[in-house]
Amino acid sequence: MSSARWEHFPHGADMGVRGIADTKEQAFEQAALAMIAVVTDPATVNAREPVAVECEAPDDELLLVDWLNVLVFEMSTRRCLFGRFEVKIEGHRLTATAWGEPVDIERHQPAVEIKGATYTALRVRQEKGQWIAQTVVDV
Amino acid sequence: MELSLLKRRSDFEWEIAPHGAMRVPGIIYASEDLIREMDHKVYEQVVNVATLPGIVKASYAMPDAHWGYGFPIGGVAAFDPDEGGVVSAGGVGFDISCGVRCLHTGLNVDDVMPVQKALADMLYHKVPAGLGSTGTIRLSPEQMDAMLAGGAKWAVDQGWGSAADLDRIEEHGQMKHAKPGNVSAHAKKRQRDEMGTLGSGNHYLEVQKVAKIFDAQAAEAFGLHVNDVVVSIHCGSRGLGHQIGTEFLKKMAIAAATHGITLPDRELACAPINSDVGEEYLGAMRAAINCALANREIITHLVREAFAHVLPKARLPLLYDVSHNTCKVEEHSVDGKPRKLYVHRKGATRAFGPGHPDIPPALRAVGQPVLIGGSMGTGSYILVGTEAGEARSFSSACHGAGRAMSRHQAYRTWKGRQVVDELATRGIVIRSPSSRGVAEEAPGAYKDVAAVVDAADVAGLARKVARLEPLACIKG
Repeated sequence: MSSARWEHFPHGADMGVRGIADTKEQAFEQAALAMIAVVTDPATVNAREPVAVECEAPDDELLLVDWLNVLVFEMSTRRCLFGRFEVKIEGHRLTATAWGEPVDIERHQPAVEIKGATYTALRVRQEKGQWIAQTVVDV
Repeated sequence: MELSLLKRRSDFEWEIAPHGAMRVPGIIYASEDLIREMDHKVYEQVVNVATLPGIVKASYAMPDAHWGYGFPIGGVAAFDPDEGGVVSAGGVGFDISCGVRCLHTGLNVDDVMPVQKALADMLYHKVPAGLGSTGTIRLSPEQMDAMLAGGAKWAVDQGWGSAADLDRIEEHGQMKHAKPGNVSAHAKKRQRDEMGTLGSGNHYLEVQKVAKIFDAQAAEAFGLHVNDVVVSIHCGSRGLGHQIGTEFLKKMAIAAATHGITLPDRELACAPINSDVGEEYLGAMRAAINCALANREIITHLVREAFAHVLPKARLPLLYDVSHNTCKVEEHSVDGKPRKLYVHRKGATRAFGPGHPDIPPALRAVGQPVLIGGSMGTGSYILVGTEAGEARSFSSACHGAGRAMSRHQAYRTWKGRQVVDELATRGIVIRSPSSRGVAEEAPGAYKDVAAVVDAADVAGLARKVARLEPLACIKG
């Protein structure tokens, strides 16, 4: 069974998002879920429409920020929320599919919109056999 | 923050002596209580900013400083381009030119209270708020560029807002040297449907009453009397500014090494003012300032429409509009010599003292209005810039209360409904699409704004003029 999970950590006015999993890809997927959970309960999002995204950055940490920011951009311009992710990382390049649906104010009760992922408390690393991918998102 | 790390210059001024790579001292303006409550990260960030090339005099933190991104929120730093000075995307923040504007209404509490709920409903109906909300304005690529070059002046030319407003906005409503061509297609796409929207988080639109006057002369000049009703709008450059911040943070982080800049923290990403990336950012950031000014002008138009429906006798001239996330070129006297500096204010409000040429003529003799937002329960303040402020902090003051509790903790502590009901018993009407959003913005999640403005007042950064209390609040 996969031990993949996400959690939040406090950051003054904003929110830290952390993905923990056996693989880097899964940790990135979990970090994205943690970011969704800043806005709404991910379980309320019907993951029905796929959106393909990709990004590239010189290292893992910048790649995590880029990944989260690509999602922020897609959610902002499509006015949607995502509920499921599938990530592939090859070298410095990430390709992924995110599944979601248009924002439903009543059902999703979105708490806040995300302005962007920052470099604060940014870490992507392997600890005790588990990948941790985390950063702070500005809301 | 540990008091032992600081040298007490006075009861409201604390110094971090230069050490390590610091080029200048750090200076924090706050009471001893506020310093004790401040996150240690503020100390680290003030120190880190002090290491950046070309920084002039000191790395400052305002009384509401808290842990930010690279720069503390509540951070002020000025850089000299002729000494290798830098411009920093993190030193401006994601919500470029986020700010507050305050409108008179010509009404008093007795005029408004009988229609308080109807007014709140109409404002909520007229001004799009919250995630996923869109305005009715769709800009073509040509219109987008015109907006990014023209700011509030562009909005007025399109029929949103009034020409008389422009005098009461920083830069007369139009930031010069904006380069719409430096703004990416992604940033423009994010803004396409967002003109005239409030956003979410700590952004708000409030109907407020003047609860107390501290400085009769300045209040008279500002046209404020006890029980007057005013409207305050707090929002910024929306998706466009967020996207520009995101993109340039990365560009500057990658380019720093090529400019020979060692970053103690990636979030301090910056570039020399005299460099391609630096100039590109300044052009894009100024376009985002125009976006914020246009946005607040359009919202003002919508507010006036709402009042016309509910309280037709209201007249809503603009008192002032001031931003608190910017980098601006200003002339400041340093050791008796005038110098042209790039002043970063990240969660800090410009506070020009009396006589400054950039203050509207009608207000120039008393000083620039400094608009400070509180939480939806505790009230807001209007201050005025002081002469002493220039030497203290390049004419800068605080910008708000700052959070005392994380969003997560607030959401676990309160329910949105409970917050709305509690505020209703105090005569404050809340309208918001998100119950969770209201819970996370609960008044108890914020620090005491009174302590922050008291510290700004006693430290001489800006002087208290009036306290405002909310009657109705629209939250995104």
